[in-house]
Amino acid sequence: MTLALSTDSLTKTYSNQLEALKGINLRVEEGDFFALLGSNGAGKTTAIGIISGLLKSTSGEVRINGLDQKKHANEVKKMIGLMPQEFNFNPHEPNMEILINQAGYFGISRSDAKIQAEVLLKKMELWDRRFDVAQSLSGGMKRRLMLARALMHKPSILILDEPTAGVDVEIRKSMWEYLTQLNNEGMTIILTTHYLEEAESLCRNIAILNNGDLVEQTNMKKLLLKAKRQVLILDTVEKLTNTVSIANCDCKILDDTTLQVAQGENTSISDVISGLSAQNINVSHLRSTQNRLEALFLSITS
Amino acid sequence: MWIAYKTIVIKEILRFVRIWVQTIVPPVITTSLYLLIFGGLMGGRIGQMQGVDYLNFIVPGIILMTVIMQSYANTVSSFFMTKYNNSFEELLVSTTPNWVILLGFVSGGVCRGLTIGLAVTFTISFFVEIQIHSFLVIGVTFLITSVMFALAGFINAVFARTFDDISIVPNFVLLPLTYLGGMFYSIDILPSFWRGVSIFNPIYYMMDAFRMGFLGIGSVELWKAFLVPCIMIVVLALIANKLLSRGVSIKTE
Repeated sequence: MTLALSTDSLTKTYSNQLEALKGINLRVEEGDFFALLGSNGAGKTTAIGIISGLLKSTSGEVRINGLDQKKHANEVKKMIGLMPQEFNFNPHEPNMEILINQAGYFGISRSDAKIQAEVLLKKMELWDRRFDVAQSLSGGMKRRLMLARALMHKPSILILDEPTAGVDVEIRKSMWEYLTQLNNEGMTIILTTHYLEEAESLCRNIAILNNGDLVEQTNMKKLLLKAKRQVLILDTVEKLTNTVSIANCDCKILDDTTLQVAQGENTSISDVISGLSAQNINVSHLRSTQNRLEALFLSITS
Repeated sequence: MWIAYKTIVIKEILRFVRIWVQTIVPPVITTSLYLLIFGGLMGGRIGQMQGVDYLNFIVPGIILMTVIMQSYANTVSSFFMTKYNNSFEELLVSTTPNWVILLGFVSGGVCRGLTIGLAVTFTISFFVEIQIHSFLVIGVTFLITSVMFALAGFINAVFARTFDDISIVPNFVLLPLTYLGGMFYSIDILPSFWRGVSIFNPIYYMMDAFRMGFLGIGSVELWKAFLVPCIMIVVLALIANKLLSRGVSIKTE
């Protein structure tokens, strides 16, 4: 297993004595789509800041593709593309210029940068706005501009800090597709997000930070298997007249045709459906009240 | 590194050209007013200074004042804005070394000083016939002056936390030093005490050298006039580079 990113006993204590990271040991495999989750103030942005060179660590080591970040700063920087949480471009600069300049800071010539900028702006559906200043873009467009900027120097690791915040559903879906495509082409992607369904559907591995500690680091599937209890909402075809009961489940009638079922341990959705069928109740729709990852996340971090 | 340097310089030039109404027009208008009031209206009554017409005497001072203010203003405002809108992070995550970043911003300041210095000189040429004694002396003085004040502006921007912090130094330090550095008069006419005080003003040396370049008159030996600002450039460059390397006010401690 080749590691794209590893941190060893990484700590960060700010000058106001806030311990943002308390010795985390992260492991991200090459080509992984990795979710780094945590509630606000958990230390995600600090970790990303240190990995990308925006912040200095207090102690510990960061290795990118086996290279020590401190000893091989330039090589490491070339490997990383960062899309930060906050907008951090000059809002008075034209969008095309923002991308070309970023490439220039990595030593890419203006002519090569223009070609790459055109590809990315078209991909991000911003080509028509290339001469507009960045402040004229909507929130979602600004995020896409930052994604394009992070990709200008063709990094092998892409770090995305809340990439889809403020992005509408349609554009979010197309961003997911593009990120999946990049990942399929071999790019390692590290994602922090508050949309847990985003992490669940995109990421293969996951780490959860809580108050500066790494409290979970595992495979997404393994983690989701831990989600034992799920609350389902079922719309029934027939009107519910009598009390409903299913083995190992708590059932509650919400209205004439809506039933809430709290799944018991080792009870599958099939068990629930067949339990209802036995009572001559047919289900037309079914949904979960809470995302599985969300439930786990809350139980881990609370 | 060359591409990164070029990128910063082009970005800086485009920035001040884009806002030409704020950067180029005001100094040109101010210069015209200086020449009209101090040269045209009052100059005739003053007569000559160090053996030349007063209008001719103040020309180098007005141009140099513009160079000083514009070189300073470019780096202080540009670097402060990159901190303010966090766009400095674009450079922090890149492979551009600190000294290239510093050189790029300073070069941007020099370019603005040169552009607006030339615009002002062109404006002056409508009021008075500009004399040139030595292009070399003018060029060297322009270069060391603009580099020195671009560096000073950079350091100011590093420490600045608010917009007020970037206007305090130009208004309360630079402008008085420029006026007291012999822009409108010869130091020789000052009482001996104030003449003694003036020799601690670095702008005095630059002003004197610049006037030498235009009019061929000066109070200080040329090597001294160049040495003082050169020493200051080295000191300021070391300080600025150290501040960048330590990430003062750009990397959260």
